[in-house]
Amino acid sequence: MLKYIIPLVLFITIAVFLALGLKLKPGEIPSPFIGKSAPTFSAFKLDAPDQKLTPGDMKGKVWLFNVWASWCVSCRAEHPVLNELARQQKAMIIGLNYKDKPDDALNWLQTLGNPYMVSIMDQDGRIGIDWGVYGVPETFVIDKKGVIRYKHTGPVTTEDVQQTLLPLIATLQAEPQ
Amino acid sequence: MKLLFLFFLMTLSVTGFAVDYRQLATPEQQEAYESLVSELRCLVCQNQTIKDSNADLADDLRRQVFEMLQQGKSKDEILRFMTDRYGDFVLYKPPFKTKTGFLWLGPAVFLTVGLIVIFVIYRRKKASAVTILSDARQEKIRSLLEKGDPL
Repeated sequence: MLKYIIPLVLFITIAVFLALGLKLKPGEIPSPFIGKSAPTFSAFKLDAPDQKLTPGDMKGKVWLFNVWASWCVSCRAEHPVLNELARQQKAMIIGLNYKDKPDDALNWLQTLGNPYMVSIMDQDGRIGIDWGVYGVPETFVIDKKGVIRYKHTGPVTTEDVQQTLLPLIATLQAEPQ
Repeated sequence: MKLLFLFFLMTLSVTGFAVDYRQLATPEQQEAYESLVSELRCLVCQNQTIKDSNADLADDLRRQVFEMLQQGKSKDEILRFMTDRYGDFVLYKPPFKTKTGFLWLGPAVFLTVGLIVIFVIYRRKKASAVTILSDARQEKIRSLLEKGDPL
């Protein structure tokens, strides 16, 4: 009897672990920021390098914080999706131009369109570290109180927008300030 | 001989090591720096420490560790700074929590189960080895032994 039970138990154990392993996404590291206040910054605007932007400027509004760079290939794939999202005007998108050359970045926006209300510059990647950025593109959703409610790692697709971002934005917009 | 020399050259090429240009004021700080960069995970390559990785982010994180040590921050403060931003995943040695309990206790549990299985199998083998011989055969053995060696 034991002769049949032992291989069966072994098989089930291995199968369960392998099945769990299939569902894991090691590329997506859970952000410790969900439900916490957005890290603060004070950074120069890409299109107006003499003006600064801080998260306080967006207080009372639902906003998306999208990390992008002109050297980032996945950002190029994501860009039309962001343009479309910006056109719908459900929430404003702030860009974090991560470790980029301002000229390249401006050129990129001119050629591909600009979904961002403002992009700020993070040439040495310090704001990126403060926000726990490890792969570009990344997108954060921040509520009216300035709390990070969601993080998306990797390029945002049309399905992500329809199934996750838009419903979340609608809920957050309905929340009191 | 030539072949041996060739193999020798081959081993040389593998032992190249990374050079970090950062130098801290005191040996204690330098030691803290060395230990921190080999304890923190590069989040881009995931299976490398920020010491081993050439990724851009790894270099930025090394810079961050270096600057915080220069500012006189302790090792714990720097580790907290990193886990606040990147979560426990950034640590090569995860802390003992309910979520990581299986990770820490798993090997001990498996070892115990393995030892129990071995013990049970051993006991069973021993018990069955005794009963396998029937009374008639045991009697025969005894008589053979008593008679002694016929030669």
